[in-house]
Amino acid sequence: MTAEEATTPQVERPPASVAGPWGWARANLFSTPWNTFLTLASIAVLGWALPPALDWLIFNAVWGHVKPEVCKQADGACWAFISEKYRLILFGRYPFKEQWRPVLAVCALIAMIIFSCNRRFWRAWLGAVWLAGLAIFGTLMWGGVFGLMPVETNLWGGLPLTLILAVVGVVVAFPLSILLALGRRSRMPIVRSFSVAYIELIRGVPLISLLFMASFMLPLFLPNTIKINALLRAQVAIIMFTAAYLAEVVRGGLQSIPKGQYEAAQALGLGFGQMMWKVVLPQAIRAVIPPIVNTFIGMFKDTSLVAIVSLTDLLLATKQAISDPNWRAFFIEGYVFVAFIYFIFCFFMSKYSQHLEKSLRAGERR
Amino acid sequence: MATAVQQAAAQGPVIEMTGVHKWYGQFHVLRDINLSVALGERIVICGPSGSGKSTMIRCINRLEEHQKGRIVVQGIELTNDLKQIDATRREVGMVFQQFNLFPHLTVMENLTLAPIWVRKMPKKDAEAVAMKYLQRVRIPEQADKYPGQLSGGQQQRVAIARALCMNPKVMLFDEPTSALDPEMIKEVLDVMIELAKDGMTMLCVTHEMGFARTVANRVIFMDKGEIVEQNAPEEFFNHPKSERTKLFLSQILHN
Ligand SMILES: Nc1ncnc2c1ncn2[C@@H]1O[C@H](COP(=O)(O)OP(=O)(O)O)[C@@H](O)[C@H]1O
Ligand SMILES: [Mg+2]
Repeated sequence: MTAEEATTPQVERPPASVAGPWGWARANLFSTPWNTFLTLASIAVLGWALPPALDWLIFNAVWGHVKPEVCKQADGACWAFISEKYRLILFGRYPFKEQWRPVLAVCALIAMIIFSCNRRFWRAWLGAVWLAGLAIFGTLMWGGVFGLMPVETNLWGGLPLTLILAVVGVVVAFPLSILLALGRRSRMPIVRSFSVAYIELIRGVPLISLLFMASFMLPLFLPNTIKINALLRAQVAIIMFTAAYLAEVVRGGLQSIPKGQYEAAQALGLGFGQMMWKVVLPQAIRAVIPPIVNTFIGMFKDTSLVAIVSLTDLLLATKQAISDPNWRAFFIEGYVFVAFIYFIFCFFMSKYSQHLEKSLRAGERR
Repeated sequence: MATAVQQAAAQGPVIEMTGVHKWYGQFHVLRDINLSVALGERIVICGPSGSGKSTMIRCINRLEEHQKGRIVVQGIELTNDLKQIDATRREVGMVFQQFNLFPHLTVMENLTLAPIWVRKMPKKDAEAVAMKYLQRVRIPEQADKYPGQLSGGQQQRVAIARALCMNPKVMLFDEPTSALDPEMIKEVLDVMIELAKDGMTMLCVTHEMGFARTVANRVIFMDKGEIVEQNAPEEFFNHPKSERTKLFLSQILHN
C-alpha cells in the first residue's frame, strides 16, 4: 500500500485559465464570436426586461390588506387582491369554516407524493400506503364521519380538486397505459385490436369532448336510478384520456428493448409476466421517463378543462375571484398567482424526472 | 469419458431431433434435421453463415418453432404446450453471441433472477449459488457491478454463469466468442473447456476449431439448412468426406 502511494505521481491541477469562474465563463459564454454575441444579447434583453418586471411584481406592488381603491393609485401589482381572495382561489366554494380540512387533505396528498419519490419505498406496500392516504383525503374532504360536517363533491374546489384529479389520474392511468401498450403489441388479435381502437379513438378526440360526453351523454344512456357523481365522471374521462396518450409513450419504450433481452429471459425459463415485470418494463419505462413526465405535466394543466362541466378547479375558482366587481381590474394578478401555483408543481415534476433519470442510470453506463 | 457417454446412451438421448423442418415464410431454413445428443456429449456445430446453425439450436429451447418433425428434450416433446416449453427451458441453458445480460441489474441480480423467480429459491441460497459460479468463471469481485461496466469477455463469462445458476442439464452456445475482441476469446474458451471437463452436455456453435479439437466428441457441419457431415473431430478435420466440408474447412483454416 505504502509503496504504491509513494509511486503515485503528484495530483496535477488544471491550469488556472481553464478552472474557476473565469475559466468557466471563457469556455461557456465567450468561446466563439457567435457565442459572445449571444451572451451579450441575452444580458441586454435581461437588462431591458427584468427591472420593470421586478418593479411591477415587487417594488411598486401593493401588499397586505387594503381597499381596491388604494391599489388603483399604485403602479405595481395589487397583491391585496390575493390577500383578499386567496381562500376562494385555493378552496373554491368549500364551506368557509371547514376550510382547515382541505388544507390538511392537500398536505396529506403532497406528503404522500414526496414520500413516494424515494426509490427505496417502491415496494408492494406503497400501494397500501396510497390507499390509506387517499382514504384520509376522502374522509377529510367528504366528512360525514368523526363528527365532520358532510361536504358534497359539488362544493369541492380549487387546489384540492385540481390535485386529486391529477394525482388519481397519474396513479390509475399509468398502470392502465402499460396494459394498453402491452395489448397493442400482443399477438392475440382481439386484445391488439381493442388496444389499438381504444388508443386511436380516445387520442383522436379533444379532452373537452370526452368530458362533455362523460358528463352529459353518459347519464342519458344510464337508467335514471344510477347517478354517477360529476367529479367521478370527470376523473374517469381524465384517466381514459391520459392512459391513451401514455400508452403510446410506453409502447415507444417497449420498442427500444432489443429482442435479445426477451430471448435471454425466455431461455432462463421466465414466464411472460416475470419477463415483462422484471426485465422488459423496468428498462422500457426508464428509457421514456422524459416523455412520461411530459405527459403528466400536460395532464396536470389539462385538469383545468373540468371547468366546462362545472367543477370549480383552481383556474375556475380564480376566475370566480376575479369576477368580483370591486376587484375586476386586477385579473392579471389573479392569473399570475394561479400560474405560479401551477408552475411550482410542474417544475417539481420536471426536476424530479431529471433526478430519477440520473439516479437510475448511475453505474450502468455502457 | 467414453464410458460415461456409453452409459448415458443406454439411458436414452438428452436431445432427440427427428425429421425436423422449418421455414421462414417460403424460405426453407432447416431441412430434415436428425440429431441425437447423449448425456455428457459435447458437440461442436460449424458451417457457413446463414446455414441455419443458430436456428437449429434455438429450436431446442423453443426460441424458434419448428414446423415439421419431432424435438424431444429430456423425454419431453416440444409442442405448443407452454408448461412443457417452460419446463424444457429450465433444464436447457443458453449463451448468446451478444451476451444479452440485463443491463439494469447488477451481475449478482442477473445471476439470481431466474433461480429466485423460476426455481423459487430463497434469495440467500440463490446468492450463494451465484457466488459459486462467479468464482468458477473467475470474476467473483465483479458481483456488484453492472454489465455495462465489464469488458466483453467478462460479460460473456457472467452470461455463462447466469445460465449455470439454473443448474441446466444441457448448455447451448451460439457463437459465444464471435462478438469478442481477440484477446478476450481465450478467457471465455477456458471457462467452456472447464465446463466440458466437468461433464456438461454441450452444443456449441463456433468456428474455434482449436476448441473443437480439444473438447468435442463430435463435430457437425451444416450447410443450406442440412446436416452435411458429422464425425469425431480427428476424422472430421483430417478426412472430411464431402466437398462442401472440404471447401469450408479450407476457408476457415486458412484465415
Ligand atoms: N426471423 C427470421 N426471418 C426470416 N429469415 C430468417 C430469420 N432468422 C434467420 N433467418 C434466415 O435463416 C437463415 C439461417 O439463419 P441462422 O440460423 O441465423 O444461420 P447461422 O446461425 O448458421 O448463420 C439465414 O439465411 C437467415 O437470413
Ligand atoms: Mg448464427
